[in-house]
Amino acid sequence: MLKKMSYSSFPEDVLEHVFSFVQSDKDRNSISLVCKSWYEIERWCRKRIFVGNCYAVSPRRVITRFPEVRSVELKGKPHFADFNLVPEGWGGYVYPWIAEMASGYPFLEEIRLKRMVVSDESLELIPKSFKNFKVLVLSSCEGFSTQGLAAIAANCRNLRELDLRESEVEDLSGNWLSHFPETCTSLVSLNIACLGSEVSLSALERLLGRCPNLRTLRLNRAVPLDKLANLLCQAPQLVELGTGAYSAELRTEIFSNLAGAFSGCKELKSLSGFWDVVPAYLPAVYSVCTGLTSLNLSYATIQCPDLIKLLKLCPNLQRLWVLDYIEDSGLEALAASCKDLQELRVFPSEPFGAEPNVSLTEQGLVSVSEGCPKLESVLYFCRQMSNDALVTIARNRPNMTRFRLCIIEPRTPDYLTDQPLDVGFGAIVEHCKDLRRLSLSGLLTDRVFEYIGTYAKKLEMLSVAFAGESDLGLHHVLSGCDSLRKLEIRDCPFGDKALLANAAKLETMRSLWMSSCSVSFEACKLLGQKMPRLNVEVIDERGPPDSRPENVPVEKLYIYRTVAGPRFDMPGFVWNMDEDSALRLS
Amino acid sequence: MSPENVNCLPESDVKLTLGLPGSGRIPSKPGMKRGFLETVDLNLELDQEVAAKPPAAKAQVVGWPPVRSFRKNAMKSCKYVKVAVDGAPYLRKVDLEICSSYPELLNALEEMFSCLTIWNYLNERKIMDNVNGMEYVPTYEDKDGDWMLVGDVPWKMFVESCKRLRLMKSSEAIGLAPRTPSKNSSTS
Repeated sequence: MLKKMSYSSFPEDVLEHVFSFVQSDKDRNSISLVCKSWYEIERWCRKRIFVGNCYAVSPRRVITRFPEVRSVELKGKPHFADFNLVPEGWGGYVYPWIAEMASGYPFLEEIRLKRMVVSDESLELIPKSFKNFKVLVLSSCEGFSTQGLAAIAANCRNLRELDLRESEVEDLSGNWLSHFPETCTSLVSLNIACLGSEVSLSALERLLGRCPNLRTLRLNRAVPLDKLANLLCQAPQLVELGTGAYSAELRTEIFSNLAGAFSGCKELKSLSGFWDVVPAYLPAVYSVCTGLTSLNLSYATIQCPDLIKLLKLCPNLQRLWVLDYIEDSGLEALAASCKDLQELRVFPSEPFGAEPNVSLTEQGLVSVSEGCPKLESVLYFCRQMSNDALVTIARNRPNMTRFRLCIIEPRTPDYLTDQPLDVGFGAIVEHCKDLRRLSLSGLLTDRVFEYIGTYAKKLEMLSVAFAGESDLGLHHVLSGCDSLRKLEIRDCPFGDKALLANAAKLETMRSLWMSSCSVSFEACKLLGQKMPRLNVEVIDERGPPDSRPENVPVEKLYIYRTVAGPRFDMPGFVWNMDEDSALRLS
Repeated sequence: MSPENVNCLPESDVKLTLGLPGSGRIPSKPGMKRGFLETVDLNLELDQEVAAKPPAAKAQVVGWPPVRSFRKNAMKSCKYVKVAVDGAPYLRKVDLEICSSYPELLNALEEMFSCLTIWNYLNERKIMDNVNGMEYVPTYEDKDGDWMLVGDVPWKMFVESCKRLRLMKSSEAIGLAPRTPSKNSSTS
């Protein structure tokens, strides 16, 4: 007779109470592994679930295990879908989830989706199924129109958040906003920045006026600047604001109204928007600058001098997104003024131009790495880089956790020495011991992957393009990176050997994407047969993979772990390499 | 902002006619405006202005550099101008920045006003209403407030100076006298 351990004789509700203080998914998962009774207690009181790959598990299975969930977060397409590498129709449909949750989670309050295909039908189903629905966040989603939005606005009585960040919406008209009933007073966050059409400004004004708890408002480009002051006066309590188009005829009354309205917003911490900027109107925001922690100027075509003037007034800035108009000199000024900076993203103003149009080089990034001790997250587009600069950055900022460098021309060497940038990126992974995310670019041999495999022990996500020389590169990464969850590769000479030799590793990761590499159909079939808990999807728009010689590389390969088996919604250009389909194809 | 450098050309060489893309850059003369009478037959040349574009990039690789389409689209400037059609009760807006040439603009107009057909007959293009058979001539109001015929000036200059578009009934257009005859005879 086994003696029961004392901890399992705690009453269930005590344990449940203790567990309620544990919010992190990882910790919750750990709790559920302790013993059967903890598993049971935990699953009954889990309120929030995050499914990083909507095809990793079936909705029915989630609902069965966690019956009391109130908040669901799902991700669909792989990250490279952002850059048009995933063909339209690949998948990521949310409807099956919503349909299942309609019966399984009648009390569902929150749905957060990323890179999923969301139909109007799905949206319409939400208020019908979830009477207490509160939060809808659609990040980089597509497939719905303003009609679906109207259904949400009209029927979700307690809606708190409607956030459409960067989704692609079929914009039939701006009417949908007027569907918020007069009784809707609960809005806390509204982000419509991605929409094209004009919404009714009077409806918007009235909506703002009756929602005293609104803290986040991101307007779309169509909201004219001369109307912004009125809107702000309806919501002076805003903490986060995205302007519409930031241009108007130069008129003193527009300016003074605007400046006045801004100065009334004492809580403002985050600003974005700024499309079509007329620099003369920038000073209208000066009064809020001292309080700003986040500034997104990545759509603002403001030149360096105006940028510098603005940044000098923002000593508390923690996050800056900006275009490369900021140039090296602007970044130097940033480094001098914004000592609390944690995240910097510099986007290219002319990514497809053959010649540089601005004076932004590696030097700008070096300055910021020197001047900003808290800098830990970087996304930087530039046209030249050197190993020296990368080594300097690495030494300056061992606290870096996310480092994404995009040298615009593929395979660009160190511009000073003509050497590959292996050593530079090697320094990054060696010094930045907590690095979780890395994107490589420039000329790179297998050597850089050796460094990565050796040092990047906390690395969770790696993006590789136009790099490496042989399978050894891929092998270093797969065998060395202990924390790797997501690996995405394009246009690299990686093939079958590394993949097959590290097949087991793939089950410890969320997903692997490889496109324009050298993986053969035969290897894909083998992998699919060997690893039943992986979905090995060959994506090839040229036609069935077996219509080509077996050593011809597949176009695209997406491998992900799953307990749900092959999915049922694959389009004609996607083949699953499980045992059955392998037999069917051969 | 300023028009391209031009060579001096005799007037007849500046006439815009339909041609294949890249069939030869025809430099423009800045300030050359002509009235309706001279171009009412709408000989629109496809002046692709290849040289006016920034230095051509090599063939673009899909998805590289990794800039999201959302961002790419947002960075494009828009120039929305109102489009009125004589006799129609509604105005529409067209984004001139999305079109890169006159034929594209005409296509966009055709899509917008589905009752119209851009009629390609020999070397002429007319805009015709399918329903009532009326012929229209595309005109625009420029920065100076003058109403000009669409197709007169190189595309980029047109985009810069166009404030709004009006599809005018041919019958009305013919009645209009040329605006500035003195300019027409300049050859500088």
